[in-house]
Amino acid sequence: MDVLYFAWVRERIGLPREVVETTARTVADLVTELSAREERYAAAFADVSALRVALDQELSSFDAPLAGVREVAFFPPMTGG
Amino acid sequence: MDIRVQEEAFWLGEETEKFASKTSTSGAVVTFTGIVRNNAAGTLERMEIEHYPEMTEKALQSIAGEAKTKWALEDALVVHRFGSLRVGETIMMVATAAPHRKDAFEAAEFLMDFLKSRAPFWKKEITSDDTNWVAAKDTDEAALKRWTK
Repeated sequence: MDVLYFAWVRERIGLPREVVETTARTVADLVTELSAREERYAAAFADVSALRVALDQELSSFDAPLAGVREVAFFPPMTGG
Repeated sequence: MDIRVQEEAFWLGEETEKFASKTSTSGAVVTFTGIVRNNAAGTLERMEIEHYPEMTEKALQSIAGEAKTKWALEDALVVHRFGSLRVGETIMMVATAAPHRKDAFEAAEFLMDFLKSRAPFWKKEITSDDTNWVAAKDTDEAALKRWTK
């Protein structure tokens, strides 16, 4: 699936998007998997309460299942307007 | 409803006039404009606005669609810029048109409250000595609650 990062999450991880092969069942599982990869991921995901997640461009939650999802995006709380 | 996400500048007066002349049954048009403001120290060099293109328009459409179900809204306009902006530049505008002013005012406020924390934009401030991502405020999230009552 495609995994996208925005704002400081993108800066901390060092890339805007990547294709991730995963069998993670939920968003939280995917976060655990990514965090185990490298320090920069662990740093970005250290406090998920400071993050938001969108599944196929809809805001979702960290306990949401990933079945059928094509695009996951992680970002800090939005600051539009 | 007209939703536009763009890098280019837009002209508030022109947009408002065009919007206001579209319907003949709206007696009230309310506009809100967001402008890049300097910090207290006066050191802001520019503001960079990042967004999530695939999601932005969808999110804005859904917010505007919800406003239409809550108020007697005849039309709504949202223009939001991204990219690099300087102090004093217009970031975004919202306009609402309704037969009477109460609906137009409330719908505009609703749109702004949701746009602030449900539309995927992120602001970064570049000052003469550092760069900071603008943090969301608790009051932004609290502002949404009053509309769900």
